[in-house]
Amino acid sequence: MHSATLKEKVSLLSMALATEARRPLTFMEVCGTHTMAIARHGIKSLLPENVSIVSGPGCPVCVTSAGDIERAISLGDTPGVIVATFGDMIKVPGEERTLGSAANVKVIYSPLDALELARSTPDKQVVLLGIGFETTAPLMAAAILQAHREGLSNFTVLSMHKVVPPALQLLLSDPTSRLSGFILPGHVSAITGRIYYDFLKDSRVSSVVAGFEPLDIMESLYLLVKACMAGDSRPINNYPRIVREEGNPKAMGTMFQVFEPCDASWRGIGTIPASGLAIRSEYKDFDAVRRFDLAEREVPEPAGCLCGAILMGKALPDQCRHFGKTCTPSFPVGPCMVSTEGTCAAWFKYNL
Amino acid sequence: MNITMNHGAGGRVMHDFIQKSVVGHLGNDLLTRMDDAAVLDLPAGSRLALTTDSYVVHPLFFPGGDIGRLAVCGTVNDLSTAGADPLYLTLAFILEEGFPLADLDRILASIAATAREAGVRIVTGDTKVVERGKGDGIFINTAGVGAIPAGVDLSTHNARPGDVILVSGPMGNHEVALFAVREKLPFSTSIESDATPLNHLVQRLLATTPEIRAIKDPTRGGVASALWEICEHSGVAVTVDEESLPVDKEVRGVCELVGFDPLYLANEGKLVVVCGPEAEGPLLEVMGPGAARIATVYRGPAALTMETAIGGRRRLSMLESVQLPRIC
Repeated sequence: MHSATLKEKVSLLSMALATEARRPLTFMEVCGTHTMAIARHGIKSLLPENVSIVSGPGCPVCVTSAGDIERAISLGDTPGVIVATFGDMIKVPGEERTLGSAANVKVIYSPLDALELARSTPDKQVVLLGIGFETTAPLMAAAILQAHREGLSNFTVLSMHKVVPPALQLLLSDPTSRLSGFILPGHVSAITGRIYYDFLKDSRVSSVVAGFEPLDIMESLYLLVKACMAGDSRPINNYPRIVREEGNPKAMGTMFQVFEPCDASWRGIGTIPASGLAIRSEYKDFDAVRRFDLAEREVPEPAGCLCGAILMGKALPDQCRHFGKTCTPSFPVGPCMVSTEGTCAAWFKYNL
Repeated sequence: MNITMNHGAGGRVMHDFIQKSVVGHLGNDLLTRMDDAAVLDLPAGSRLALTTDSYVVHPLFFPGGDIGRLAVCGTVNDLSTAGADPLYLTLAFILEEGFPLADLDRILASIAATAREAGVRIVTGDTKVVERGKGDGIFINTAGVGAIPAGVDLSTHNARPGDVILVSGPMGNHEVALFAVREKLPFSTSIESDATPLNHLVQRLLATTPEIRAIKDPTRGGVASALWEICEHSGVAVTVDEESLPVDKEVRGVCELVGFDPLYLANEGKLVVVCGPEAEGPLLEVMGPGAARIATVYRGPAALTMETAIGGRRRLSMLESVQLPRIC
């Protein structure tokens, strides 16, 4: 039986992990898909007591600042504008309302849907919300290039994209951090390649690019424990069937053809230098910030919300006074509860 | 021809409509008397089970069923979970002005066929019409009574440590079938609703063993919610074995694509059965292929846990928000 074998393999890895881990180790994953896979498969229950996993700022919806949500809401209320967005965004609270309450919001499944919407409604301005990391940014870039080729004059992107390395650097620069290693995101790495993380070589942590199957994750954890014990901080690629050393240079090329690094505000964390992607001036006609002259918005976090500390791995969801009481998936207070990939939502749903 | 306000006005049009369409399809000795109340005989010595349910499903016709079939199955199945033999149903329509009579005829034919399948009689009813724009075509309410034979005592309060929990077949087909037609998926599926009257199956299960503690029909909220109810009502811990959960391949495919968990999806033709461990084999045999033991009952406090396919453990929470509205 296939599944019996899987169970046996996982059990062996679980035992090997326990043998190798000779001191307390805290690992952080920085990808919403990892958050969910770890929770759904009950992987934390298979780890020895001295090995723990925390979730970092890896859920794109969760790290989108309330100020950016407010800008999107104001666009959704602007006559003649249609805001096109992935569905996850519409429930995220801004200052008082959610994007879903704005007048003209359309849920799309691919950036190409937004292009089609622009073509079919020439009398409306279609604004595509660009959220996500290095995985989705190239798709948004490709959509902008396509709009450029077609000369579409009613299509813009509100870029709220983020890149992973500056967030990892910020986490490492914190002297109180007890992180021993990173589980690096599989999808993002398929685009960026393994060498993208070589800056971690000189850090004090180990790291591994991991896939999303339970065995991928268990194996990666085992490799991470071994690397930690050996003091080896060279990033490991344990997802070679998808992730190449150099990644997907074409996608990276498209991304940087259209976008350039900019400072970006992360929800609950604040501004991280060079962690965002702004649309280059060559493509300014497709930049919603310029087209609609959108000002930066500062919106305070809800009182008592620990999302910032949770995203930095410094607090656990059940340490927040809102968690499970005033903040549930049906009535979320903070972004970590809104997204199905959010740390708090996963904890609420799956934690024993 | 469409429904007009006259169809609900109590006069000639309504009378003719009921005689021709309703009685034409559903007529039986009790209904055709057309008294204001049906007078019912009940088997001597049995207790009475009573239930009611309203049906607002969208769309009205879907792969594997329609609102009429659901309106009979839902109520018949609710009675069946109490161990009752469903006998009589009421049938009430709220129709919107302009609703096509041809559609109503199709729905009535489906109600008649499903009632025959279940062996229940529609004995009284009601028709109301609301103005155009004040309803959504058709809403149906049915209530039903059934007789519980002496000695049958099924309740979600009855689960005890050592019991096992069975499900009678693959999960999620009804909700995914509706999702597929509503969302116009970019690929075609052959997934059909499982809407079926379960009373005959329940009677066969009850005849097999006296060791059945509880039966649930896992409709809205799915099997997970049925299991939660058993945990809470009986004050027991339940551990679900992920590997054992029956899900059709196509249903699983859609679930993975859109992020549904089959454990939370509505079924309209499945049973969750709590029984003593020795009854497992005989009951699974009666249920047939696709049935499985999915969980084991342990001593309380109430908790619902999943043992995952890789051997991990995690919490199985209650359904938090609507996955899909108007599914029944």
